[in-house]
Amino acid sequence: MRNSLGLRSLIEEIGGVDQVGIDERVAKYATRSIKKHAKVFGLKLATTMVDLTTLEGKDTPGKVASLCQKALRPHDDSDIPPTAAVCVYPAMVKHAAKLLKGTSVKIASVATAFPSGQSSLKIRLAEVRAAVSDGADEIDMVINRGAFLAGELARVQDEISAVLEACGEATLKVILETSELETYDNIRAASFLAMRVLRPGDFIKTSTGKTSANATLGNNQVMLEAIRDHFLATGVEIAMKPAGGIRTAKEALHFLVAVKETLGDAWLNQDRYRFGASALLNDLVRQMVKEKTGVYQAPYTFSESTTAY
Amino acid sequence: MRLHITKTPKCYVGGSFIRSEGGRVAPLCDAKGTFFANIPLCTRKDLRNAVEAAAKAGPNWAGRSAYNRGQILYRLAEMLEARTPEMTEAILIGGGSRAKANREVVASIDRIVHYAGWTDKFPALLGSVNPVASSHFNFTVTEPMGIIGIIAPDDVPLLGLVSLVLPAITGGNSVVTLASNKQPYPAILLGEMLATSDLPGGVVNLLTGQRDELIPTFASHAHLRGVTAVADLVERQALQNGAADSVKRLKLIAVEDPMDWYSESAQGLYEIRDHLELKTTWHPIGG
Repeated sequence: MRNSLGLRSLIEEIGGVDQVGIDERVAKYATRSIKKHAKVFGLKLATTMVDLTTLEGKDTPGKVASLCQKALRPHDDSDIPPTAAVCVYPAMVKHAAKLLKGTSVKIASVATAFPSGQSSLKIRLAEVRAAVSDGADEIDMVINRGAFLAGELARVQDEISAVLEACGEATLKVILETSELETYDNIRAASFLAMRVLRPGDFIKTSTGKTSANATLGNNQVMLEAIRDHFLATGVEIAMKPAGGIRTAKEALHFLVAVKETLGDAWLNQDRYRFGASALLNDLVRQMVKEKTGVYQAPYTFSESTTAY
Repeated sequence: MRLHITKTPKCYVGGSFIRSEGGRVAPLCDAKGTFFANIPLCTRKDLRNAVEAAAKAGPNWAGRSAYNRGQILYRLAEMLEARTPEMTEAILIGGGSRAKANREVVASIDRIVHYAGWTDKFPALLGSVNPVASSHFNFTVTEPMGIIGIIAPDDVPLLGLVSLVLPAITGGNSVVTLASNKQPYPAILLGEMLATSDLPGGVVNLLTGQRDELIPTFASHAHLRGVTAVADLVERQALQNGAADSVKRLKLIAVEDPMDWYSESAQGLYEIRDHLELKTTWHPIGG
Protein backbone atom coordinates (compact mmCIF):
# COMPACT_ATOMS: atom_id res chain seq x y z
CA MET A 1 0.00 0.00 0.00
CA ARG A 2 1.38 3.33 -1.09
CA ASN A 3 -0.11 5.26 1.82
CA SER A 4 1.19 2.99 4.51
CA LEU A 5 4.68 4.22 3.66
CA GLY A 6 3.82 7.21 5.76
CA LEU A 7 3.50 10.92 5.53
CA ARG A 8 7.01 11.65 4.36
CA SER A 9 6.86 9.43 1.31
CA LEU A 10 3.45 10.86 0.41
CA ILE A 11 4.86 14.39 0.55
CA GLU A 12 7.83 13.30 -1.56
CA GLU A 13 5.45 11.90 -4.12
CA ILE A 14 3.12 14.90 -4.40
CA GLY A 15 5.78 17.55 -3.82
CA GLY A 16 6.14 19.87 -0.86
CA VAL A 17 4.91 23.44 -0.48
CA ASP A 18 7.08 26.54 -0.73
CA GLN A 19 5.71 28.33 2.32
CA VAL A 20 7.40 31.68 1.67
CA GLY A 21 6.26 31.60 -1.94
CA ILE A 22 2.64 30.87 -0.98
CA ASP A 23 2.55 33.61 1.65
CA GLU A 24 4.01 36.12 -0.77
CA ARG A 25 1.60 35.13 -3.53
CA VAL A 26 -1.52 35.38 -1.36
CA ALA A 27 -0.43 38.75 0.02
CA LYS A 28 -0.73 40.06 -3.55
CA TYR A 29 -4.35 38.91 -3.85
CA ALA A 30 -5.41 41.58 -1.40
CA THR A 31 -3.96 44.30 -3.64
CA ARG A 32 -6.13 43.66 -6.71
CA SER A 33 -8.34 46.60 -7.55
CA ILE A 34 -11.90 45.38 -7.95
CA LYS A 35 -14.33 48.18 -8.66
CA LYS A 36 -17.88 48.81 -9.85
CA HIS A 37 -19.20 46.09 -12.18
CA ALA A 38 -16.51 43.58 -11.25
CA LYS A 39 -17.21 44.21 -7.58
CA VAL A 40 -20.97 43.77 -7.94
CA PHE A 41 -20.34 40.60 -9.96
CA GLY A 42 -18.01 39.30 -7.27
CA LEU A 43 -20.40 40.14 -4.43
CA LYS A 44 -23.30 38.40 -6.17
CA LEU A 45 -21.17 35.39 -7.01
CA ALA A 46 -19.93 35.15 -3.43
CA THR A 47 -23.54 35.28 -2.19
CA THR A 48 -24.46 32.30 -4.36
CA MET A 49 -21.48 30.43 -2.87
CA VAL A 50 -22.35 30.92 0.79
CA ASP A 51 -23.15 27.88 2.93
CA LEU A 52 -25.12 29.84 5.50
CA THR A 53 -24.09 28.20 8.71
CA THR A 54 -25.31 27.87 12.25
CA LEU A 55 -23.47 25.34 14.38
CA GLU A 56 -24.16 26.17 17.98
CA GLY A 57 -25.41 24.29 20.99
CA LYS A 58 -28.22 26.81 21.27
CA ASP A 59 -29.63 26.17 17.78
CA THR A 60 -33.38 25.67 17.79
CA PRO A 61 -35.84 24.69 15.06
CA GLY A 62 -37.01 28.32 15.06
CA LYS A 63 -33.54 29.67 14.57
CA VAL A 64 -32.89 27.20 11.75
CA ALA A 65 -36.18 28.21 10.14
CA SER A 66 -35.21 31.88 10.09
CA LEU A 67 -31.79 30.92 8.74
CA CYS A 68 -33.49 29.04 5.91
CA GLN A 69 -35.68 32.02 5.07
CA LYS A 70 -32.61 34.19 5.00
CA ALA A 71 -30.80 31.75 2.70
CA LEU A 72 -33.76 31.75 0.31
CA ARG A 73 -34.20 35.52 0.32
CA PRO A 74 -31.20 37.33 1.82
CA HIS A 75 -32.75 40.77 1.25
CA ASP A 76 -35.92 42.51 0.05
CA ASP A 77 -34.13 43.26 -3.20
CA SER A 78 -34.87 40.33 -5.52
CA ASP A 79 -31.66 41.03 -7.48
CA ILE A 80 -29.78 39.51 -4.58
CA PRO A 81 -29.63 35.75 -5.20
CA PRO A 82 -30.24 32.96 -2.68
CA THR A 83 -27.25 31.27 -1.06
CA ALA A 84 -25.94 27.86 -2.09
CA ALA A 85 -26.94 26.00 1.04
CA VAL A 86 -27.58 26.13 4.75
CA CYS A 87 -25.25 24.18 7.00
CA VAL A 88 -26.64 22.79 10.26
CA TYR A 89 -26.16 20.02 12.80
CA PRO A 90 -27.74 16.63 11.93
CA ALA A 91 -30.54 17.10 14.47
CA MET A 92 -31.65 20.24 12.63
CA VAL A 93 -31.71 18.74 9.12
CA LYS A 94 -35.35 17.69 9.27
CA HIS A 95 -36.39 21.20 10.35
CA ALA A 96 -34.47 22.75 7.47
CA ALA A 97 -35.87 20.16 5.04
CA LYS A 98 -39.44 21.37 5.69
CA LEU A 99 -38.56 24.77 4.26
CA LEU A 100 -35.90 23.98 1.69
CA LYS A 101 -36.99 20.81 -0.12
CA GLY A 102 -37.78 21.72 -3.68
CA THR A 103 -35.85 24.99 -3.60
CA SER A 104 -32.44 25.82 -5.03
CA VAL A 105 -30.95 26.04 -1.53
CA LYS A 106 -29.35 22.76 -0.48
CA ILE A 107 -29.14 21.35 3.01
CA ALA A 108 -25.68 20.62 4.26
CA SER A 109 -25.09 18.90 7.56
CA VAL A 110 -21.93 18.43 9.53
CA ALA A 111 -21.63 14.85 10.69
CA THR A 112 -19.01 12.37 11.96
CA ALA A 113 -18.79 13.69 15.52
CA PHE A 114 -18.16 17.25 14.39
CA PRO A 115 -15.97 19.14 15.24
CA SER A 116 -13.44 16.79 16.84
CA GLY A 117 -14.24 13.55 15.01
CA GLN A 118 -13.24 11.71 18.15
CA SER A 119 -15.80 8.95 18.15
CA SER A 120 -15.92 5.39 16.89
CA LEU A 121 -16.28 4.93 13.15
CA LYS A 122 -19.53 3.05 13.63
CA ILE A 123 -21.15 6.00 15.40
CA ARG A 124 -19.79 8.48 12.87
CA LEU A 125 -21.20 6.50 9.95
CA ALA A 126 -24.55 6.13 11.67
CA GLU A 127 -24.67 9.90 12.07
CA VAL A 128 -24.00 10.39 8.35
CA ARG A 129 -26.74 7.93 7.38
CA ALA A 130 -29.21 9.60 9.75
CA ALA A 131 -28.49 13.05 8.30
CA VAL A 132 -28.86 11.80 4.73
CA SER A 133 -32.13 10.01 5.48
CA ASP A 134 -33.47 13.17 7.15
CA GLY A 135 -32.88 15.01 3.89
CA ALA A 136 -29.30 16.34 3.85
CA ASP A 137 -28.01 16.97 0.30
CA GLU A 138 -24.45 17.46 1.46
CA ILE A 139 -22.40 16.05 4.32
CA ASP A 140 -19.49 17.90 5.91
CA MET A 141 -17.22 15.34 7.59
CA VAL A 142 -14.09 15.88 9.66
CA ILE A 143 -11.01 13.77 9.05
CA ASN A 144 -9.38 11.90 11.87
CA ARG A 145 -6.55 14.34 12.63
CA GLY A 146 -5.28 12.18 15.45
CA ALA A 147 -4.73 9.32 13.02
CA PHE A 148 -3.26 11.63 10.39
CA LEU A 149 -0.69 13.12 12.74
CA ALA A 150 0.14 9.66 14.09
CA GLY A 151 1.00 8.65 10.53
CA GLU A 152 -1.93 6.29 10.02
CA LEU A 153 -2.70 7.65 6.59
CA ALA A 154 -4.38 4.54 5.28
CA ARG A 155 -6.79 4.65 8.16
CA VAL A 156 -7.67 8.28 7.45
CA GLN A 157 -8.30 7.44 3.82
CA ASP A 158 -10.32 4.32 4.60
CA GLU A 159 -12.53 6.32 6.91
CA ILE A 160 -13.17 8.90 4.21
CA SER A 161 -14.10 6.07 1.83
CA ALA A 162 -16.46 4.61 4.40
CA VAL A 163 -18.18 7.97 4.94
CA LEU A 164 -18.39 8.44 1.18
CA GLU A 165 -20.22 5.16 0.90
CA ALA A 166 -22.58 6.15 3.72
CA CYS A 167 -23.34 9.42 1.89
CA GLY A 168 -24.92 7.67 -1.05
CA GLU A 169 -26.07 10.40 -3.44
CA ALA A 170 -25.17 13.23 -1.09
CA THR A 171 -22.15 15.41 -1.85
CA LEU A 172 -19.29 14.97 0.59
CA LYS A 173 -17.14 17.75 1.99
CA VAL A 174 -14.01 16.65 3.77
CA ILE A 175 -12.87 19.02 6.51
CA LEU A 176 -9.10 18.83 6.95
CA GLU A 177 -9.08 21.23 9.95
CA THR A 178 -5.98 22.98 8.66
CA SER A 179 -5.25 24.67 11.97
CA GLU A 180 -4.54 21.27 13.52
CA LEU A 181 -2.35 20.04 10.68
CA GLU A 182 0.42 22.51 11.57
CA THR A 183 2.22 22.89 8.20
CA TYR A 184 1.38 23.62 4.56
CA ASP A 185 3.05 20.32 3.62
CA ASN A 186 0.62 18.46 5.85
CA ILE A 187 -2.34 20.38 4.40
CA ARG A 188 -1.28 19.43 0.89
CA ALA A 189 -0.77 15.82 1.91
CA ALA A 190 -4.17 15.64 3.61
CA SER A 191 -5.79 17.24 0.55
CA PHE A 192 -4.34 14.54 -1.72
CA LEU A 193 -5.26 11.81 0.71
CA ALA A 194 -8.90 12.94 0.53
CA MET A 195 -9.00 13.79 -3.17
CA ARG A 196 -7.76 10.35 -4.22
CA VAL A 197 -10.93 8.74 -2.93
CA LEU A 198 -13.44 11.53 -3.61
CA ARG A 199 -15.83 11.66 -6.56
CA PRO A 200 -15.81 14.60 -8.99
CA GLY A 201 -17.77 17.45 -7.40
CA ASP A 202 -17.01 16.46 -3.82
CA PHE A 203 -15.33 19.09 -1.69
CA ILE A 204 -12.28 19.52 0.45
CA LYS A 205 -12.82 22.10 3.20
CA THR A 206 -10.39 24.04 5.38
CA SER A 207 -11.82 24.18 8.86
CA THR A 208 -14.61 23.48 11.26
CA GLY A 209 -14.70 27.08 12.44
CA LYS A 210 -14.48 25.73 15.98
CA THR A 211 -10.75 26.25 16.54
CA SER A 212 -8.81 29.47 17.04
CA ALA A 213 -7.33 29.55 13.53
CA ASN A 214 -9.66 29.38 10.57
CA ALA A 215 -9.56 29.64 6.79
CA THR A 216 -6.75 31.85 5.59
CA LEU A 217 -5.75 32.85 2.09
CA GLY A 218 -2.57 30.82 2.67
CA ASN A 219 -4.13 27.44 3.41
CA ASN A 220 -6.86 28.14 0.84
CA GLN A 221 -4.10 28.59 -1.74
CA VAL A 222 -2.32 25.38 -0.76
CA MET A 223 -5.56 23.46 -1.18
CA LEU A 224 -6.45 25.18 -4.48
CA GLU A 225 -3.05 24.23 -5.87
CA ALA A 226 -3.53 20.67 -4.66
CA ILE A 227 -6.89 20.60 -6.50
CA ARG A 228 -5.22 21.97 -9.63
CA ASP A 229 -2.38 19.42 -9.52
CA HIS A 230 -4.81 16.59 -8.88
CA PHE A 231 -6.99 17.76 -11.76
CA LEU A 232 -4.04 17.98 -14.15
CA ALA A 233 -2.91 14.50 -13.16
CA THR A 234 -6.26 12.71 -13.14
CA GLY A 235 -8.88 14.98 -14.73
CA VAL A 236 -11.01 14.76 -11.58
CA GLU A 237 -12.56 18.10 -10.59
CA ILE A 238 -12.63 18.47 -6.84
CA ALA A 239 -14.44 21.46 -5.29
CA MET A 240 -13.23 23.68 -2.46
CA LYS A 241 -14.79 25.23 0.62
CA PRO A 242 -12.97 27.59 2.94
CA ALA A 243 -14.84 27.97 6.22
CA GLY A 244 -14.62 30.00 9.39
CA GLY A 245 -13.25 33.49 9.90
CA ILE A 246 -14.39 34.99 6.58
CA ARG A 247 -16.60 37.78 7.84
CA THR A 248 -16.34 40.63 5.36
CA ALA A 249 -17.23 40.96 1.71
CA LYS A 250 -13.75 42.25 1.03
CA GLU A 251 -12.13 39.07 2.36
CA ALA A 252 -14.54 36.99 0.27
CA LEU A 253 -13.46 38.87 -2.85
CA HIS A 254 -9.81 38.14 -2.02
CA PHE A 255 -10.66 34.42 -1.87
CA LEU A 256 -12.43 34.65 -5.22
CA VAL A 257 -9.35 36.29 -6.73
CA ALA A 258 -7.34 33.30 -5.51
CA VAL A 259 -9.78 30.90 -7.21
CA LYS A 260 -9.80 32.88 -10.45
CA GLU A 261 -6.03 33.08 -10.63
CA THR A 262 -5.32 29.49 -9.57
CA LEU A 263 -8.12 27.38 -11.04
CA GLY A 264 -9.81 29.76 -13.46
CA ASP A 265 -13.44 30.44 -14.35
CA ALA A 266 -14.45 26.77 -14.28
CA TRP A 267 -14.25 26.86 -10.49
CA LEU A 268 -16.07 30.20 -10.09
CA ASN A 269 -19.48 28.75 -9.35
CA GLN A 270 -21.33 27.29 -6.39
CA ASP A 271 -20.75 23.70 -7.52
CA ARG A 272 -16.98 24.15 -7.32
CA TYR A 273 -16.47 26.72 -4.58
CA ARG A 274 -18.29 27.58 -1.35
CA PHE A 275 -17.85 29.80 1.66
CA GLY A 276 -18.73 28.34 5.03
CA ALA A 277 -19.85 31.41 6.95
CA SER A 278 -22.56 32.96 9.07
CA ALA A 279 -21.77 36.69 9.33
CA LEU A 280 -20.41 36.99 5.78
CA LEU A 281 -23.82 37.06 4.11
CA ASN A 282 -24.86 40.17 6.07
CA ASP A 283 -21.79 42.04 4.89
CA LEU A 284 -22.18 40.88 1.28
CA VAL A 285 -25.77 42.14 1.24
CA ARG A 286 -24.69 45.36 2.93
CA GLN A 287 -22.06 45.99 0.25
CA MET A 288 -24.46 45.15 -2.58
CA VAL A 289 -27.01 47.61 -1.22
CA LYS A 290 -24.23 50.17 -0.93
CA GLU A 291 -23.24 49.62 -4.56
CA LYS A 292 -26.85 50.02 -5.63
CA THR A 293 -27.77 53.07 -3.56
CA GLY A 294 -24.35 54.71 -3.31
CA VAL A 295 -24.90 55.14 0.42
CA TYR A 296 -22.99 53.37 3.19
CA GLN A 297 -25.38 51.23 5.19
CA ALA A 298 -25.50 50.45 8.90
CA PRO A 299 -24.73 46.78 9.65
CA TYR A 300 -27.70 46.42 12.00
CA THR A 301 -30.02 46.93 9.02
CA PHE A 302 -28.95 43.48 7.83
CA SER A 303 -28.72 41.48 11.04
CA GLU A 304 -30.66 40.82 14.18
CA SER A 305 -28.41 43.04 16.28
CA THR A 306 -30.32 45.34 18.57
CA THR A 307 -27.60 47.75 19.64
CA ALA A 308 -27.26 51.28 18.36
CA TYR A 309 -23.72 50.47 17.29
CA MET B 1 25.30 69.76 12.07
CA ARG B 2 22.38 67.53 12.85
CA LEU B 3 19.58 67.02 10.35
CA HIS B 4 16.24 68.23 11.71
CA ILE B 5 13.73 65.40 12.05
CA THR B 6 10.42 66.54 10.60
CA LYS B 7 7.17 64.93 11.68
CA THR B 8 4.66 63.22 9.41
CA PRO B 9 1.26 64.23 10.74
CA LYS B 10 -1.14 61.30 10.85
CA CYS B 11 -4.79 60.93 11.68
CA TYR B 12 -5.91 59.11 14.82
CA VAL B 13 -8.40 56.39 13.84
CA GLY B 14 -9.33 53.25 15.75
CA GLY B 15 -6.55 53.79 18.26
CA SER B 16 -3.78 53.89 15.65
CA PHE B 17 -2.21 56.57 13.53
CA ILE B 18 -3.08 56.27 9.87
CA ARG B 19 -2.18 58.00 6.64
CA SER B 20 -5.05 58.64 4.30
CA GLU B 21 -6.17 55.49 2.46
CA GLY B 22 -5.84 57.40 -0.84
CA GLY B 23 -2.33 58.56 0.05
CA ARG B 24 -3.13 62.18 -0.80
CA VAL B 25 -1.81 65.03 1.31
CA ALA B 26 -2.13 68.81 1.31
CA PRO B 27 0.70 71.11 2.31
CA LEU B 28 0.08 73.11 5.48
CA CYS B 29 1.85 76.46 5.73
CA ASP B 30 2.15 78.67 8.78
CA ALA B 31 0.77 82.19 8.94
CA LYS B 32 3.89 83.57 7.24
CA GLY B 33 3.53 81.16 4.33
CA THR B 34 6.42 78.88 5.30
CA PHE B 35 5.84 75.18 4.64
CA PHE B 36 5.12 73.32 7.88
CA ALA B 37 3.97 69.78 7.04
CA ASN B 38 1.87 67.66 4.71
CA ILE B 39 -1.55 66.93 6.18
CA PRO B 40 -3.43 63.80 5.08
CA LEU B 41 -6.47 64.37 2.88
CA CYS B 42 -8.80 61.68 4.07
CA THR B 43 -11.26 60.17 1.64
CA ARG B 44 -14.81 58.93 2.14
CA LYS B 45 -13.28 55.46 2.41
CA ASP B 46 -11.26 56.69 5.40
CA LEU B 47 -14.48 58.06 6.84
CA ARG B 48 -16.15 54.70 6.37
CA ASN B 49 -13.25 52.92 8.03
CA ALA B 50 -13.39 55.38 10.92
CA VAL B 51 -17.10 54.62 11.35
CA GLU B 52 -16.29 50.91 11.50
CA ALA B 53 -13.66 51.64 14.17
CA ALA B 54 -16.14 53.74 16.13
CA ALA B 55 -18.73 50.96 15.91
CA LYS B 56 -16.25 48.49 17.32
CA ALA B 57 -15.29 50.72 20.24
CA GLY B 58 -18.77 52.01 21.05
CA PRO B 59 -20.39 49.21 23.05
CA ASN B 60 -17.43 48.87 25.41
CA TRP B 61 -17.24 52.62 25.98
CA ALA B 62 -20.97 52.94 26.59
CA GLY B 63 -20.86 49.97 28.94
CA ARG B 64 -18.17 51.37 31.21
CA SER B 65 -19.20 52.85 34.51
CA ALA B 66 -19.83 56.58 34.54
CA TYR B 67 -17.13 56.92 37.16
CA ASN B 68 -14.58 55.22 34.91
CA ARG B 69 -15.51 57.39 31.91
CA GLY B 70 -15.05 60.45 34.09
CA GLN B 71 -11.62 59.29 35.19
CA ILE B 72 -10.55 58.72 31.61
CA LEU B 73 -11.73 62.14 30.45
CA TYR B 74 -9.93 63.75 33.37
CA ARG B 75 -6.82 61.85 32.33
CA LEU B 76 -7.15 63.43 28.88
CA ALA B 77 -7.08 66.84 30.52
CA GLU B 78 -3.91 65.78 32.38
CA MET B 79 -2.26 64.82 29.10
CA LEU B 80 -3.16 68.14 27.48
CA GLU B 81 -2.05 70.13 30.53
CA ALA B 82 1.40 68.53 30.41
CA ARG B 83 1.80 69.40 26.75
CA THR B 84 0.34 72.92 26.90
CA PRO B 85 3.43 74.63 25.35
CA GLU B 86 3.45 72.19 22.42
CA MET B 87 -0.26 72.66 21.79
CA THR B 88 0.16 76.44 22.02
CA GLU B 89 2.79 76.26 19.28
CA ALA B 90 0.45 74.11 17.20
CA ILE B 91 -2.27 76.76 17.40
CA LEU B 92 0.25 79.50 16.63
CA ILE B 93 0.91 77.92 13.22
CA GLY B 94 -2.40 79.46 12.22
CA GLY B 95 -1.25 82.92 13.37
CA GLY B 96 -2.50 85.14 16.16
CA SER B 97 -0.86 86.03 19.41
CA ARG B 98 0.78 83.63 21.82
CA ALA B 99 -1.46 84.82 24.64
CA LYS B 100 -4.56 84.04 22.59
CA ALA B 101 -3.28 80.60 21.64
CA ASN B 102 -2.44 79.85 25.25
CA ARG B 103 -5.89 80.99 26.32
CA GLU B 104 -7.45 78.55 23.86
CA VAL B 105 -5.43 75.63 25.24
CA VAL B 106 -6.29 76.48 28.84
CA ALA B 107 -9.97 76.87 27.98
CA SER B 108 -9.87 73.47 26.23
CA ILE B 109 -8.37 71.80 29.30
CA ASP B 110 -11.03 73.36 31.49
CA ARG B 111 -13.71 72.20 29.10
CA ILE B 112 -12.48 68.61 29.26
CA VAL B 113 -12.47 68.72 33.06
CA HIS B 114 -15.98 70.20 32.96
CA TYR B 115 -17.29 67.20 31.02
CA ALA B 116 -15.25 64.73 33.08
CA GLY B 117 -17.33 65.90 36.03
CA TRP B 118 -20.61 65.37 34.18
CA THR B 119 -20.32 61.66 33.37
CA ASP B 120 -21.91 60.40 36.59
CA LYS B 121 -24.34 63.29 36.99
CA PHE B 122 -26.21 63.73 33.73
CA PRO B 123 -28.13 60.40 33.95
CA ALA B 124 -29.76 61.54 37.18
CA LEU B 125 -30.67 64.96 35.79
CA LEU B 126 -31.92 63.86 32.37
CA GLY B 127 -33.60 60.62 33.46
CA SER B 128 -36.81 60.64 35.46
CA VAL B 129 -39.44 58.63 37.25
CA ASN B 130 -42.74 59.57 35.64
CA PRO B 131 -46.12 59.70 37.38
CA VAL B 132 -48.64 57.63 35.40
CA ALA B 133 -52.34 56.89 35.99
CA SER B 134 -52.04 53.12 35.99
CA SER B 135 -50.31 50.49 38.07
CA HIS B 136 -46.98 50.89 36.34
CA PHE B 137 -43.60 52.00 37.48
CA ASN B 138 -42.68 54.34 34.65
CA PHE B 139 -39.16 55.63 34.25
CA THR B 140 -36.99 57.25 31.63
CA VAL B 141 -33.30 56.59 31.19
CA THR B 142 -30.71 58.02 28.82
CA GLU B 143 -28.91 55.97 26.21
CA PRO B 144 -26.12 56.99 23.84
CA MET B 145 -27.22 57.50 20.23
CA GLY B 146 -24.36 55.50 18.76
CA ILE B 147 -21.82 56.93 16.37
CA ILE B 148 -21.82 60.70 16.02
CA GLY B 149 -20.20 62.60 13.16
CA ILE B 150 -18.65 65.91 14.13
CA ILE B 151 -17.53 68.64 11.77
CA ALA B 152 -15.39 71.12 13.65
CA PRO B 153 -15.16 74.87 13.09
CA ASP B 154 -12.20 76.50 11.34
CA ASP B 155 -11.55 79.48 13.57
CA VAL B 156 -10.87 78.01 17.01
CA PRO B 157 -9.33 74.72 15.92
CA LEU B 158 -8.80 73.13 19.34
CA LEU B 159 -11.48 74.59 21.59
CA GLY B 160 -14.16 74.27 18.91
CA LEU B 161 -13.30 70.63 18.36
CA VAL B 162 -13.08 69.80 22.07
CA SER B 163 -16.37 71.58 22.75
CA LEU B 164 -18.16 69.40 20.20
CA VAL B 165 -16.44 66.07 20.83
CA LEU B 166 -16.53 66.02 24.63
CA PRO B 167 -20.30 66.22 25.21
CA ALA B 168 -20.82 63.40 22.71
CA ILE B 169 -18.34 61.00 24.31
CA THR B 170 -19.42 62.00 27.81
CA GLY B 171 -22.80 60.48 27.00
CA GLY B 172 -21.23 57.20 25.87
CA ASN B 173 -21.22 57.80 22.13
CA SER B 174 -18.23 57.25 19.89
CA VAL B 175 -17.36 59.96 17.38
CA VAL B 176 -15.87 60.46 13.95
CA THR B 177 -14.57 63.99 13.64
CA LEU B 178 -13.50 66.10 10.72
CA ALA B 179 -10.96 68.59 12.05
CA SER B 180 -10.62 72.22 11.02
CA ASN B 181 -9.68 72.46 7.36
CA LYS B 182 -7.53 75.57 7.75
CA GLN B 183 -5.80 74.58 10.98
CA PRO B 184 -5.72 70.80 11.21
CA TYR B 185 -2.53 70.47 13.20
CA PRO B 186 -3.96 70.95 16.73
CA ALA B 187 -6.33 68.04 16.03
CA ILE B 188 -3.41 65.86 14.92
CA LEU B 189 -1.64 66.71 18.17
CA LEU B 190 -4.81 66.08 20.18
CA GLY B 191 -4.90 62.60 18.64
CA GLU B 192 -1.51 61.88 20.17
CA MET B 193 -2.84 62.92 23.57
CA LEU B 194 -5.99 60.83 23.14
CA ALA B 195 -3.75 57.84 22.44
CA THR B 196 -2.09 58.22 25.85
CA SER B 197 -5.20 59.12 27.82
CA ASP B 198 -6.64 55.62 28.53
CA LEU B 199 -9.50 56.45 26.18
CA PRO B 200 -10.17 53.16 24.35
CA GLY B 201 -9.06 53.30 20.72
CA GLY B 202 -11.89 54.08 18.31
CA VAL B 203 -14.02 56.15 20.70
CA VAL B 204 -12.65 59.34 19.16
CA ASN B 205 -11.52 59.22 15.55
CA LEU B 206 -9.98 62.34 14.06
CA LEU B 207 -9.84 62.87 10.32
CA THR B 208 -8.35 65.72 8.32
CA GLY B 209 -9.37 66.57 4.79
CA GLN B 210 -11.53 68.65 2.48
CA ARG B 211 -14.94 69.50 3.84
CA ASP B 212 -16.67 69.41 0.46
CA GLU B 213 -15.34 65.88 -0.20
CA LEU B 214 -16.41 64.45 3.14
CA ILE B 215 -19.61 66.26 4.11
CA PRO B 216 -21.84 64.37 1.62
CA THR B 217 -20.67 61.07 3.14
CA PHE B 218 -21.16 62.37 6.69
CA ALA B 219 -24.70 63.25 5.61
CA SER B 220 -25.59 60.00 3.89
CA HIS B 221 -23.76 57.33 5.90
CA ALA B 222 -26.57 55.40 7.57
CA HIS B 223 -24.41 54.10 10.40
CA LEU B 224 -23.82 57.62 11.79
CA ARG B 225 -26.76 58.24 14.09
CA GLY B 226 -26.20 61.96 14.43
CA VAL B 227 -24.11 64.75 13.00
CA THR B 228 -23.06 67.90 14.80
CA ALA B 229 -21.57 70.44 12.44
CA VAL B 230 -20.38 73.99 12.24
CA ALA B 231 -21.31 74.60 8.63
CA ASP B 232 -22.16 77.22 6.03
CA LEU B 233 -25.49 77.41 4.20
CA VAL B 234 -24.59 75.06 1.34
CA GLU B 235 -23.09 72.49 3.72
CA ARG B 236 -26.12 72.69 5.98
CA GLN B 237 -28.42 71.95 3.07
CA ALA B 238 -26.28 68.97 2.04
CA LEU B 239 -26.35 67.67 5.61
CA GLN B 240 -30.11 68.16 5.92
CA ASN B 241 -30.81 66.32 2.67
CA GLY B 242 -28.56 63.39 3.58
CA ALA B 243 -29.81 63.23 7.15
CA ALA B 244 -33.41 63.14 5.98
CA ASP B 245 -32.63 60.10 3.81
CA SER B 246 -30.69 58.24 6.46
CA VAL B 247 -32.90 59.42 9.36
CA LYS B 248 -30.25 60.87 11.63
CA ARG B 249 -30.27 63.67 14.14
CA LEU B 250 -28.62 66.91 13.14
CA LYS B 251 -27.25 69.68 15.28
CA LEU B 252 -26.23 72.54 13.03
CA ILE B 253 -24.32 75.61 14.10
CA ALA B 254 -24.30 78.28 11.40
CA VAL B 255 -20.78 79.39 10.64
CA GLU B 256 -22.02 82.92 9.86
CA ASP B 257 -23.48 83.35 13.37
CA PRO B 258 -20.77 84.48 15.76
CA MET B 259 -20.21 81.76 18.37
CA ASP B 260 -18.33 82.43 21.58
CA TRP B 261 -16.62 79.10 22.24
CA TYR B 262 -15.09 80.44 25.44
CA SER B 263 -18.42 81.25 27.01
CA GLU B 264 -20.09 79.17 29.72
CA SER B 265 -23.02 78.73 27.35
CA ALA B 266 -20.84 76.65 24.99
CA GLN B 267 -20.74 73.84 27.54
CA GLY B 268 -23.06 72.02 29.88
CA LEU B 269 -25.81 69.49 30.36
CA TYR B 270 -27.82 70.42 27.28
CA GLU B 271 -24.86 69.83 25.01
CA ILE B 272 -24.71 66.30 26.42
CA ARG B 273 -28.47 65.84 25.99
CA ASP B 274 -28.17 66.67 22.29
CA HIS B 275 -26.35 63.37 21.81
CA LEU B 276 -28.61 61.11 23.85
CA GLU B 277 -31.76 59.14 23.24
CA LEU B 278 -34.33 58.80 26.01
CA LYS B 279 -35.85 55.41 26.68
CA THR B 280 -39.05 55.13 28.70
CA THR B 281 -40.00 51.85 30.33
CA TRP B 282 -43.40 50.81 31.67
CA HIS B 283 -42.91 48.25 34.40
CA PRO B 284 -46.04 46.59 35.84
CA ILE B 285 -46.40 46.80 39.62
CA GLY B 286 -48.76 45.24 42.14
CA GLY B 287 -51.23 42.48 41.39
